[in-house]
Amino acid sequence: MTSASAAQGGNATPVARLDRVSLSYGATRALDGVTLDIPAGCMAGLIGPDGVGKSSLLSLLAGAHAIREGRIEALGGDMADVRHRRDACPRIAYMPQGLGKNLYPTLSVFENVDFFGRLFGHSADERRRRIANLLERTGLGPFAGRPAGKLSGGMKQKLGLCCALIHDPDLLILDEPTTGVDPLSRRQFWDLIDAIRAERPGMSVLVATAYMEEAARFDWLAAMDDGRVLATGSPAELLARASAATLDAAFIALLPPEKREGYRPVEIVPREADARSTLAIEADGLTMRFGDFMAVDHVDLRVSEGEIFGFLGSNGCGKTTTMKMLTGLLPASEGRARLFGREVDPRDIETRRNVGYMSQAFSLYSELTVRQNLELHARLFSLPEATIPARVEESARRFDLADVLDALPDALPLGVRQRLSLAVALIHGPKLLILDEPTSGVDPVARDALWRVLIELARRDRVTIFISTHFMNEAERCDRISLMHAGKVLITDTPAGITARRGAATLEDAFVAYLEEAIADGAPAAPPAPATVAAPTPERPAAPERRRLLFDHRRMLSYTRREALELRRDPIRATLAMVGSMLLMLVIGYGVNMDVENLSFAILDRDGTTTSRDYALDIAGSRYFDVKPPIADYDDLDRRMRAGELSLAIEIPPGFAEDVARGRNVAIAAWIDGAMPTRAETVRGYVQGLHAHWLTEKARALLGARAAAAAFSVETRYRYNPNVASLVAIAPAVIPLLLMLIPAMLAALSVVREKELGSIVNLYVTPVTRLEFLVGKQIPYVALAMLNVLLLWLVAILIFRVPFTGSFFAFVSAGLLYVMASTALGLLISTFMESQIAAIFGTAVLTIVPAVQFSGMIDPVSSLQGFGAVIGQIYPTTHFMTIARGTFSKALDVHDLRGSFLPLALAAPILLALSATLLKKQAG
Amino acid sequence: MRASTVFHLGVKELRGLLRDPMLLILIAYAFTLSVYTGATALPETLNKAPIAIVDEDSSPLSVRVTSAFYPPYFVAPKVITKSEMDQRMDAGLDAFALDIPANFQRDLLAGRAPAIQLNVDATRMTQAFSGAGYVQSIVSEEVAAFADRYRSSAALPVDLTLRARFNPELNKGWFGAVMNVINNVTMLSIVLAGAALIREREHGTIEHLLVMPITPAEIMVSKVWSMSLVVLLASAFSIVVVVQGVLRVPIEGSIALFMLGTALQLFATTSMGVFLATLAGSMPQFGLLLMLVLLPLQVLSGGTTPRESMPEIVQTLMLAAPNTHFVMLAQAVLYRGAGFDVVWPQFLALFAIGVALFAFSLGRFRKSLA
Repeated sequence: MTSASAAQGGNATPVARLDRVSLSYGATRALDGVTLDIPAGCMAGLIGPDGVGKSSLLSLLAGAHAIREGRIEALGGDMADVRHRRDACPRIAYMPQGLGKNLYPTLSVFENVDFFGRLFGHSADERRRRIANLLERTGLGPFAGRPAGKLSGGMKQKLGLCCALIHDPDLLILDEPTTGVDPLSRRQFWDLIDAIRAERPGMSVLVATAYMEEAARFDWLAAMDDGRVLATGSPAELLARASAATLDAAFIALLPPEKREGYRPVEIVPREADARSTLAIEADGLTMRFGDFMAVDHVDLRVSEGEIFGFLGSNGCGKTTTMKMLTGLLPASEGRARLFGREVDPRDIETRRNVGYMSQAFSLYSELTVRQNLELHARLFSLPEATIPARVEESARRFDLADVLDALPDALPLGVRQRLSLAVALIHGPKLLILDEPTSGVDPVARDALWRVLIELARRDRVTIFISTHFMNEAERCDRISLMHAGKVLITDTPAGITARRGAATLEDAFVAYLEEAIADGAPAAPPAPATVAAPTPERPAAPERRRLLFDHRRMLSYTRREALELRRDPIRATLAMVGSMLLMLVIGYGVNMDVENLSFAILDRDGTTTSRDYALDIAGSRYFDVKPPIADYDDLDRRMRAGELSLAIEIPPGFAEDVARGRNVAIAAWIDGAMPTRAETVRGYVQGLHAHWLTEKARALLGARAAAAAFSVETRYRYNPNVASLVAIAPAVIPLLLMLIPAMLAALSVVREKELGSIVNLYVTPVTRLEFLVGKQIPYVALAMLNVLLLWLVAILIFRVPFTGSFFAFVSAGLLYVMASTALGLLISTFMESQIAAIFGTAVLTIVPAVQFSGMIDPVSSLQGFGAVIGQIYPTTHFMTIARGTFSKALDVHDLRGSFLPLALAAPILLALSATLLKKQAG
Repeated sequence: MRASTVFHLGVKELRGLLRDPMLLILIAYAFTLSVYTGATALPETLNKAPIAIVDEDSSPLSVRVTSAFYPPYFVAPKVITKSEMDQRMDAGLDAFALDIPANFQRDLLAGRAPAIQLNVDATRMTQAFSGAGYVQSIVSEEVAAFADRYRSSAALPVDLTLRARFNPELNKGWFGAVMNVINNVTMLSIVLAGAALIREREHGTIEHLLVMPITPAEIMVSKVWSMSLVVLLASAFSIVVVVQGVLRVPIEGSIALFMLGTALQLFATTSMGVFLATLAGSMPQFGLLLMLVLLPLQVLSGGTTPRESMPEIVQTLMLAAPNTHFVMLAQAVLYRGAGFDVVWPQFLALFAIGVALFAFSLGRFRKSLA
């Protein structure tokens, strides 16, 4: 890439052109009127500290974020124009910031690349050839079957690159691709880019980076600060303009004077030799096994108090695991560790006060502002309340957070977030700091500022610092460093000692040499040095006929396949969905009983004659009532009814028998517990029936034939369910209920999860349309739900023994339409929700209540009123419930049920269309 | 356990909740509109039951019977032919079809004891079961009154005065309103507590807490108190403003006593949420587990159908669920005006279940961290 090809200025038309582009997040102005031409066919770089708008610029350019102000032209068209974006996005590849953010962690390396290949419509052969080639050249070949989530940071970035390169883009946009990647992998990464560029000279590459040594090798640079471009030109031009020797220095020189003022180079204060007395960290044979995998292999460490100890190594070599064991987060499989002479014990709360820990990934509360995060941690460490404001102010000043104190961490660039993490780790003034890559993604100026703090802490306050890093200039500032590879410590010495021992020119060379040696020793089938052989890539298919279909089933199926794979990788989810719905059906089927029986009843008999006892016996003898001890008086009646002990109380007045015999008007009083109206109604019906029965019997006995004169009878025929069996009525109603709740929940979470974890960006920047995305994701859940339809049908027939009398075809086809609607409803809910918590709660609220209360399961829809009745009429559950009951109990077929099929068939398309309209195809 | 740690961690949870506007909207919806809609949708007793009549008699009596069915209990009856009857019932258009045979009036007056046929769509659950009784008693009344005009009274002068206590009109909306609040209390508390824990795990913040001088018990208590507080406030608002104010449901007992019961219920359900979160590996799994737990809790606690009619084993098993006791308590306090002297067993049960669930969840939570 040292070639001067691009600098020749042969490419007159820029690949992208920005005209007065601005972007704000709330009150923060990320980009401020940027006007910039990015040259085509070369390696262009954006440099600058964190939070100056590099990432915002790239995501606007890639079409991931909607353009608010200004105009962006890329690949010869306006990026604000939907049509041009649809045409251009297959020619742009975008790799967002963050390790593997757009990858799918449960999918294997091969499957991840394959997914993107399918998305761009390559044929099977073509895909296999391209993937094999890409994996071979990135050295990922041997790991093709490993899940992406289990890759080390460097490998994730290479995989991200493979996914970006699969469709031969004309513009490759990389947002800090080597942040958090070890030096060896970083070298391999850039060699790979060089090799690919050598084959495809027309390709433009635009990279944002915080590594100035990398930027020095680019063809063209734009230095940015505060949402504005400071200067553009080749590295040489920038150096000349600033008359500086290095880009770091040039950049600082280009900054406006007021910003330059604060900068001082890092001064390394040598450690006083006599301080080696007490040991801060001692580890003996520290080992961690995950199954067969040896993550950390008998590591011994000695770090003395006040020392800055550097921990270096390739990605995934066990640095983080070692640190977690030292903090007590992970119990060691073997060996032991001591901090300040005390054994590390997860239950020992007091030692934690001495330790400040910063993990690799940002792990503070994104829902709290910077100030709230600092205050919370200060309080959790029980700093005296009075000192907290001062302490927070001091931290903010030290780590340059004063301007962002009231911002939310998510709105801040990576580098600022890292500074916040460090500030939090230091808030309680610990004696030992364990820092896991604290400077990844932090710009050079801020990094130096951070180091000045670290050195001051170590030298002045004698804080021990145990730090891992990928920056060699940082490693050189450590008192001693350890090189780690594949779970083992290769060497521990002073930086100068290591360089000297290896006879290398720089520490980086020594580092790479050690690693290459270890790799050669460890794995005979080491990944081939990439780019040594530029594998002959076949010509690109001449002028690829890029289809501009509005709906391409291949892109849709690409999502279907991926979703199905993820579902298969998470068997618990599928099993829960299947077994769970069966369990629920059993529980509800057996538990819900519409026959109200065993109602508690007691009598207040103030007559105490044979007639009154006869009346009481008549009720007590029925199977519906369960007699309780008689009621003593009104107080007793009141108390027992209030306690819910009695559902029915009957009072027979004094002189009842006599009045009846003389034909005098007399009234029996019955009190029903109305707290549960349904039950009360049933009780009322029963009592009236029993009373009437007693009267007829009595009348017959007293008056003889005269009573029979007005006699007639009502023959009640319970149709469809002659035994009035509760199960026959309830089972067909539970099936629709379950097929609403569970598929909707699954579908809703599948989309919101992508939003929360970041892979939604693939929807933004690939040619997949919203409808393809939604339907593609929906299909696996529809398939799973169809299995559920059959399973529940079998449970109803085989376990509940509910006769199925109607058309099976009608039931199954309605089932299909219904689960399409319920999953589509889940998708619709997901378009509103940003967090998974809200999606779970929203789905529960928006499915359980309508399905249980408004869909005719208990009260028929026709007798509902108000808004509930309106929901009941249109909710798909209502219609499927009619069909389920019709096919189970009423022997009906499709023709008989056409009135319910029509609304059911309309539900899914309407819901999907709504979801597609509401889903955003761009962020912002 | 340090009170200040628990307090500050809880405040952190509350602040986090404020950052999710969609969630706040949903909570507001669940405790206001959803409760209102659910309560007003429920029919007051038998409401607008669709009935059809096949009048083969066409006598004054059959016309009298036909005109006895009118709204709001029934829709104005459709007079249909016998052949239409089956078809209409199959399509689910009518819940009841009354067939008055030819010569019904003549046979009745002649003392030949004729029969009227009542067809009931038994797939219609509640309406079928309680409605059939209504139809019978209406027909009986009309026939008896008709017969009385022709003959001297043959009936005994014994009246049955029926009074429904606590809800004289048997207004289902009263019941539905409070049950909806109860269901929301359970659902929201489980979701909030459980998801808050999974969120910390998925975002890696739990690790951060564990390197600080904070115990798992403190983390769990902070989630329990903060999430309970949110739900407690929301349900108090719902009971006072929506149920009592807008829906005008008369509350017999002490709302304070009910809120105390709610607090105990929340202690149990938030602990349950934490427990589910330790079982679930990810949010989607948690979502499914939630459905698995929530439905039985709602349907079998006695809030949907009476406990008495459930199988013995279900009744016994459900005694272990906090909801069962909470539903009993709510009915006793809110409708029947019961005091602490009456509902103390439910308080005791809720407290015991809460303590057991909390201890068990804490054990699992500790283990899941190791």
